[in-house]
Amino acid sequence: MTEEGIDLQADVLIIGGGMAACWAAIAAAQAGADVLLVDKGFVGTSGVTATGGPNHWWVAPEPGKREAAVEERHARSFGLAERHWMARIIEESWIALPTLARYYPFGGDGRGGTFYPGVRGPEYMRALRRYATDAGVRILDHHPALELLVHDDGSVAGAAGHGRLTGQSWRARAGAVIMATGGCAFRSGLIGSHGNTGDGLLMAAEAGAALSGMEFSVSYSLSPAWNSTRTLPYFAARFFDQDGRELDIPPPIGGEGAHLRALASAMLAGPVIADLSDAPDGLKPILRRIQPASPTPFERRGLDIFRDRFEIKLFGEGTVRGTGGLQVVDAHCQTSLSGLYAAGDSATRELVAGATSGGGAQNAAWALTSGRIAGAAAAARAKRDGRRLGAAARAVGQAGLRPAASPRPVDLKAVLPVVQHATIGYDDALWRSAPKLARARDALDGAWRLLADHDQGVGLDRGGLREHAAMIAAARWVTAAAHRRDESRGMHMRADRPATDAALASRLLTGGTDKVWTRFETPALQEAAA
Amino acid sequence: MIAHIFEDRCTACQACVSACPTHVLDAGPDGAPRIARLDQCQTCFLCELHCEADAIYVGPDQRQPEAISPEAILASGHLGRLRHDHGWDREPEPGSTGHLHDFWQLGPLLREGAEIAARRYSERQASDRA
Repeated sequence: MTEEGIDLQADVLIIGGGMAACWAAIAAAQAGADVLLVDKGFVGTSGVTATGGPNHWWVAPEPGKREAAVEERHARSFGLAERHWMARIIEESWIALPTLARYYPFGGDGRGGTFYPGVRGPEYMRALRRYATDAGVRILDHHPALELLVHDDGSVAGAAGHGRLTGQSWRARAGAVIMATGGCAFRSGLIGSHGNTGDGLLMAAEAGAALSGMEFSVSYSLSPAWNSTRTLPYFAARFFDQDGRELDIPPPIGGEGAHLRALASAMLAGPVIADLSDAPDGLKPILRRIQPASPTPFERRGLDIFRDRFEIKLFGEGTVRGTGGLQVVDAHCQTSLSGLYAAGDSATRELVAGATSGGGAQNAAWALTSGRIAGAAAAARAKRDGRRLGAAARAVGQAGLRPAASPRPVDLKAVLPVVQHATIGYDDALWRSAPKLARARDALDGAWRLLADHDQGVGLDRGGLREHAAMIAAARWVTAAAHRRDESRGMHMRADRPATDAALASRLLTGGTDKVWTRFETPALQEAAA
Repeated sequence: MIAHIFEDRCTACQACVSACPTHVLDAGPDGAPRIARLDQCQTCFLCELHCEADAIYVGPDQRQPEAISPEAILASGHLGRLRHDHGWDREPEPGSTGHLHDFWQLGPLLREGAEIAARRYSERQASDRA
């Protein structure tokens, strides 16, 4: 390396800059740790929370109420969620959100009280940034991590990356590392997700971490074809084909699979047009005050959102609204790697949502809670074991950084269609089958070999290259898990196995980079398959 | 995608360069930032929100750049509108519950929309059977 680099250190290193990363940073700093947070983008605008409006699961601690809420959602988790985790995210959200009042302008609840559970993305992330900064967190924006550093004993020692505004490489050592880089939306165009390319999943898997629930990654968000927006205005939409014939689309809530499959079928046949004139009358005059960015793409095209008809598209959400992510092995959000914790969408959300998305409420409560838990646990570990700066640490990134064979440039533009076809292509994702998954596996293995064997980024290019490597890797885990789970369960819908198999009520792990593996978490299932 | 930076309004603070989560902009050495990597623009409008001078305009199409003249942008009245709607250009009115006064209605209105769709669907199914 001839370029200039900087050496950093901290008790706790946090990789990522969305809501989970910020809650983790705040919790770690409040526990007394010296905290360094590195984000690929800007803490405040990075990730899908910044453009969204997360609603946190919110149930008052009244007798029986939380237990009932947990039971109701647990029954919808297809047997893969855990009640104690669900109770925990309700309690943590209830405690944490009001502490944001110094930084976030909470409004009223319409009944004279304060409305805490739902927050608007840009204001929420602005508040979390200020909260973290005041708590003493050092934030480095535009400092993407490219790879993890690992001790000889296999535990995680830090990370290395690139400052994209400074042009400097960086290397950070820490007593504990938290991965909070978000999910992977496979560059679908989903609002806020351009940077959500699964970078953290790849970095962790290269160091040997396991993932869980990657087959639960089939989710889409409806938007105008030209701009992915929030979905609030579309819930009462009517749909038409290009000849103006109304389409018979099942409603969006209560059977998401049927709704998505009906829309996707229509889109595979031709353009689908939406008409929002049936939207609640109460919404029309105040949409702008709730979600200012929702009417914006319409107005700037000269359209009236509630009067004019327009073409729509389904934007893939991958593991962002899907549940898959790094396996969590203990009550402290530790991954299967010692010293590496996971928070938010980079961690599996199966613990609270099982085989479903969990909707907005559980997702945000999970991001907040896993962040706070990981932050506190990482601080405790760093306090106990120190930063171990005397121990050797080696960088373990491979694809795109250290090619396995002779370096030569690879056409990245050819990679993305292969990845997207397998993960968010309507037919391949919503009607999965063994033959389709086998074809996807072969195509993705080819793309992976090409990139991992030959491509080597320099300077700024390394970021884009690693993003592509991460998307291929994530697509391979999704495909392998979907193939292995020989049934339908929740958002994992196999056209060739439409029934749910009671014997497969276990979380499914996957991982590996050059060679992808899968394994059911329940030991008995694993032995039965062996 | 980001369509235009009004150099006459830009204060060269470079806040948009920093705020852009996808590294679309490069700092201008002495003046307005440069749109350097438009292909990375996700049309999130967040640069507009972080521009206190209302000097940057994002076009509505995320699939490709659109040609729009600075005069047309100014005439549209949309420049700075989003920041205003968020309330980031002013303090809330005294005595009000703030710029997020109506935000609590998001959930109820979302559910109402879904109920409208469900009701319409079941009526349609019933009339098809009749």
